[in-house]
Amino acid sequence: MLGKLTLEAIPYHEPIIVIVLAAVILGGAALAGLITYMRKWTYLWTEWLTSVDHKKIGMMYIIVALVMLLRGFSDAIMMRSQQMLASTGGEGYLPPEHYDQIFTAHGVIMIFFVAMPFVIGLINVVVPLQIGARDVAFPFLNSLSFWLFVVGVILVNISLGLGEFAKTGWLAYPPLSGANYSPGVGVDYWIWSLQISGVGTLLTGVNFVATILKMRAPGMSLMKMPVFTWTALCANVLIIAAFPILTATIAMLTLDRYLDFHFFTNDLGGNMMMYVNLIWAWGHPEVYILVLPVFGVFSEVIATFSKKKLFGYTSLVWATIVITILSFVVWLHHFFTMGAGADVNAFFGIATMIISIPTGVKIFNWLFTMYRGRIEMTSPVLWTLGFMVTFTIGGMTGVLLAVPGANYVLHNSLFLIAHFHNVIIGGVVFGAMAGITYWFPKATGFMLCEKWGKRSFWFWIVGFYLAFMPLYILGFMGMTRRLQHVDNPLWVPYLVVAFIGAVLILIGIVCTVIQIVVSIKNRDQLQDTTGDIWGGRTLEWSTTSPAPFYNFAHEPQVKELDEFWEMKERGHEEAAKKPYAPIHMPRNAAAGVIISGFSLIFGFALIWHIWWLAIVGLVGMIASFIVRSFNYDTDYYVSVEEVERVEREGRERRSLPGARTPTDTVVQG
Amino acid sequence: MSHSNDHHNDSHGSVKQYVIGLILSIILTIIPFGMVMLMDDPGVGVIWAIFGFAIAQVFVQLYFFLHLDGSKEQSWNVQALLFTLVIVGIVVGGSLWIMVELNQNMMPI
Repeated sequence: MLGKLTLEAIPYHEPIIVIVLAAVILGGAALAGLITYMRKWTYLWTEWLTSVDHKKIGMMYIIVALVMLLRGFSDAIMMRSQQMLASTGGEGYLPPEHYDQIFTAHGVIMIFFVAMPFVIGLINVVVPLQIGARDVAFPFLNSLSFWLFVVGVILVNISLGLGEFAKTGWLAYPPLSGANYSPGVGVDYWIWSLQISGVGTLLTGVNFVATILKMRAPGMSLMKMPVFTWTALCANVLIIAAFPILTATIAMLTLDRYLDFHFFTNDLGGNMMMYVNLIWAWGHPEVYILVLPVFGVFSEVIATFSKKKLFGYTSLVWATIVITILSFVVWLHHFFTMGAGADVNAFFGIATMIISIPTGVKIFNWLFTMYRGRIEMTSPVLWTLGFMVTFTIGGMTGVLLAVPGANYVLHNSLFLIAHFHNVIIGGVVFGAMAGITYWFPKATGFMLCEKWGKRSFWFWIVGFYLAFMPLYILGFMGMTRRLQHVDNPLWVPYLVVAFIGAVLILIGIVCTVIQIVVSIKNRDQLQDTTGDIWGGRTLEWSTTSPAPFYNFAHEPQVKELDEFWEMKERGHEEAAKKPYAPIHMPRNAAAGVIISGFSLIFGFALIWHIWWLAIVGLVGMIASFIVRSFNYDTDYYVSVEEVERVEREGRERRSLPGARTPTDTVVQG
Repeated sequence: MSHSNDHHNDSHGSVKQYVIGLILSIILTIIPFGMVMLMDDPGVGVIWAIFGFAIAQVFVQLYFFLHLDGSKEQSWNVQALLFTLVIVGIVVGGSLWIMVELNQNMMPI
């Protein structure tokens, strides 16, 4: 009846997990109680959970990402402390089977459920505003994408208290992830959380490519698109090209595990090396899916705060396109040592070095944008400067790893770990923080407190260097990754420093949490009454903050790159006199939540081999999708009176006492 | 917001086009099928022939069923197709190259 699910699945004999679980349950109950007490369930359901508004969906992505950052980071600091305690022969406090789950969960969570939603959340909030559109091309699909992603998050978190998570490392290589060596439910949790959230990501990719290609404001040719939109376009093209490979690879692993297929076993013609090959054919484009949009964030931030046009827009766009293509010809550098010949290794090694050239071009674009600019040292600029230094170091260690000969020495060592944290933290995390700070007023109507933002930056960057520079050295000293315990006193000082670095990063994260709380508390003083708090250059700053749900009362007409900046130069009241017209908008939809709810049931049932429940989930998914497709009442027109009312309120906010100009804010920050 | 009323501008082809496409697809399926069924000892050449017929059929279906052609409305679709072909070529070709080398180097003789 319940498949493999028994009471034994609850890990009540592990004190750490029990305490965490108790805290999660109590915290969740307290939150639910608070919402009930404040009678906010209806509000939450109608205004947020069923919303198809791209700005709200984007904000929900980022909220989930921040919550999962806390979970992923607690895994990280547990690993750092375990390695510090267990490097002189001691046992530490994490038993091996628990430690293995922690490093797997850390990788999976940080890539799929922190970095991806940060990036996709920013794309959601910003891209339609930047191209002068009123929503994405398929608003309901966007809601469905988000909720499918949430199902992945929920499954990963259920694994904490029910059963186990994979102990295989974040990419679950067979044969270890096969049924023989991983008979438990851990790998199945991994499979279904990635498979379901991966479908959501693929739909997002389709949605945004269609949005960017088809819904730009009149006059915005491709080479007049803001850089962030360009990088978002390339990232979403990569999603469409790469995610099907992940889906197919995981599907084959699923067949191996569930139906005794032999795609990736050593007998009956299977080949586990094919899994490694395929997963990285997705995995390498994936890192560019993460990093290209944050390159766009840095470009917007640095141009705005240098008060200059971005240096070399055309070269930056072409560098992005070149990276998009080249990201598909380097995947073998993740497995140089698997045994392909010298010619294959040489080809992929050289390709990897070549891809660093367009990335280097971008660094010079940003440097020359700053050159002779009037740079304002706001926290987004600090994150950008931190990125430029840190990412360059990470890029250089990456080029070093691209030399197959050096790779034979350094592969699987802490040098590699230091390298990819160097580019992912220095690139994606710093970029996400810069982007969130930069666009926060546009999404919510008030700014984030600069003081706590700067504190967060300094703790993050100092913590990062203390945490990861020792790992480069440890890599040279021969320490490999994923060690639960070792006996080597020579490594201990470096591990202690790395742990201290992790503690500083923790303080940085706490600063961000405080920053958000303080900003919400002081939102009246931090209000952006101008709609253009930073002196921005692109269209999103031409509407009020927060942007009205229809984004623009009048469809913007674009004549130049950096259209809003040019409008301000021309004196931009030209549009305001025109009469309003009714605005065509999508209706909110519960179907995204419902379909995803059934997919959660489906995934959970398959993990625990509860076949009848899996059928319920599958039928429910398909049935609710069919019901939705017969709903013809999916859109409506916002009346002219309603538009007038919203616009009038926006204007009144601008004339409030204490309304600030961009320069005041910056000086004060 | 989606321009949900715009679909009718796209061409959905005529019945004649679909029938021609269907007949061509059937022919391109029957020939390789017959080659396998009727030959006593299908050799390597047959595999390549099947490969060729399959690719021919892909193009038939793209043209007659998905209406991809050189027209201006189809420009993004054609570009997407070309990009897809490049990526699929890289991934399939690259994987074959890698796996053949791995097979030579890693399999005990």
